[in-house]
Amino acid sequence: MRHRYSEHLFAFALLLPAFVLIVAVALMPASETLWTSLHKVSMILPGSDFIGLGNYERLLRDGRFWNAWRNTLYFTAASVALETLIGLAIALVLSQNFPLRGLVRAAVLVPWAIPTVVSSRLWGLIFNTDFGLANYLLRSAGILESNKNWLGEIGWALNVTVLVDVWKTTPFMALLIMAGLSTIPGDLYEAARVDGANMLQRFFQITVPLLLPVMLVAVMLRALDAFRVFDVIYVMTGGGPADSTEVMSTLTYKILFSATQFGYGSTLAGAMFITLLGVSLVFLYALRNRLEVD
Amino acid sequence: MATTPSSPALLPVSGEKGAVTVGTRSLSSRRAVTILGKVLFALLALLIVIWSVGPFLWMMITSIKPDRDLATLPPILPTEITFNHYGALFETRPFYRYIINSTIVSVATTLVCLLIGSLAGYAFGRLRFPGRLPLLLAVLVVSMFPQISIVAPIYRMFQQRGLLNTYEALIIPYNAFALPLAIWILTSFFRSIPVELEDASRVDGTTRLGALFRVILPLSLPGLFTTAILVFIAAWNEFLFALTFTTSIDHQTIPVGIALLPAMYHVPWGNIAAASTLVTLPLVVLVLILQRWIVQGIVAGALKG
Repeated sequence: MRHRYSEHLFAFALLLPAFVLIVAVALMPASETLWTSLHKVSMILPGSDFIGLGNYERLLRDGRFWNAWRNTLYFTAASVALETLIGLAIALVLSQNFPLRGLVRAAVLVPWAIPTVVSSRLWGLIFNTDFGLANYLLRSAGILESNKNWLGEIGWALNVTVLVDVWKTTPFMALLIMAGLSTIPGDLYEAARVDGANMLQRFFQITVPLLLPVMLVAVMLRALDAFRVFDVIYVMTGGGPADSTEVMSTLTYKILFSATQFGYGSTLAGAMFITLLGVSLVFLYALRNRLEVD
Repeated sequence: MATTPSSPALLPVSGEKGAVTVGTRSLSSRRAVTILGKVLFALLALLIVIWSVGPFLWMMITSIKPDRDLATLPPILPTEITFNHYGALFETRPFYRYIINSTIVSVATTLVCLLIGSLAGYAFGRLRFPGRLPLLLAVLVVSMFPQISIVAPIYRMFQQRGLLNTYEALIIPYNAFALPLAIWILTSFFRSIPVELEDASRVDGTTRLGALFRVILPLSLPGLFTTAILVFIAAWNEFLFALTFTTSIDHQTIPVGIALLPAMYHVPWGNIAAASTLVTLPLVVLVLILQRWIVQGIVAGALKG
């Protein structure tokens, strides 16, 4: 009994540094954001007034918020969908045996390692109006007649940022799907082949259902990440043209640090926090069976 | 031939011959299909490689083009190779400062995170205590916090303590965000080490902490290594905190340096390409060499729940 008690104490002592850090730098700031979001904070006068949910009411009437909300949802949905499809294709290719497979696999990882700021610059260069590779290739192929200002056009800018995110994060998706593929026993395919199932049938009736749990985890992790997008937008478009690429993170950042409206900025930050916390709790709940196995 | 069916024994032979011809015909057409399949497959693999590496190669090419080649396309390849853009990085701006800052911040983050993460990972992976699973889940939830939601309070906290524009201002929050991943990977690694090994050393009189450092950690080197790479890359690439908590080149990191090179008009693309290549090439080489470890880490971090 005393032995077990000392084991508990020892465990908590080992956990202490990690938890002090996590509480001080994540949990406390998050609660402070929520608390500040209930106040009207003035930069000129000291102190702040408690206004309850007043800031949140303002949020619901704010066109800029809804614009950023729509863009964020579009960005998240489009990039996660494309990543999943391309990641699946890459994973299927890489799970075959072929010469130089190791090299191809290593190449696939390259975008993942490149800092987002760099990949934003990189694609900014490719989508440059006057000397970008994209315009050059599309003109040479006869698809475009004249150079397009990709990042300056309202319909296109957000799609270009989606492309950058897809490029950067598809490796993550491909790796997880590959890990999922490797757990499917080869006998299953053999048995299905003996039963006369063709390639498509084998794909849709064995691969897809058995891959679904892994894909679900991967999609959720990526969606939570894409929803927080900041770097790509900040570096490539700054939210423009005409706010058409403004997302939740960049709008919040502007209100907090450019407009220095800490109260209202915290409301945006709080709204995002609540949304993501809710989604991740649902996610964990959905995965509870996997977690309890340990 | 038909006139003299010399021996009946010949018939089966000719029959066999016919079968062989039919066989080779179907064999050769099947071979054609497999060759076609292989070619298509090779093209697909090539496409994947171009998609993954092409943009980076394009940036490298841009970085060695002279200015006159930069303003137009074609030429695709530089008419003359120049390293002026690399030189410019160190003349106009002391770019090496960013590299030193990034190195200090990333290495310190990695070391602190491995130490604190190992202690917590040992507790989660090896010890029994009340609230183990809820605490582990809480750690997981923290990793999903949006950085933008906590950046302002941390900013004010650092401001009050005079920590803005220091290395600590980055190392501390980077650790908080890297710890969940580190704890998850290390917990699963520690758990996979046979208990008997630890028990044996305990019989010899080693304390639990001694067993952690002398038995568990040495056996977990692959796990520690994997964690270290992932934490290092995350710290090296982080942008939002670095942009907010540092204000001068004394402590700013590479992503901030690259993002703040002028943006919309008169962009010094050659210099940007050179800077980007310079700070990314080591990372790309690292990834190519350490591929196996990285893959293991990403998969363990995401799926080994």
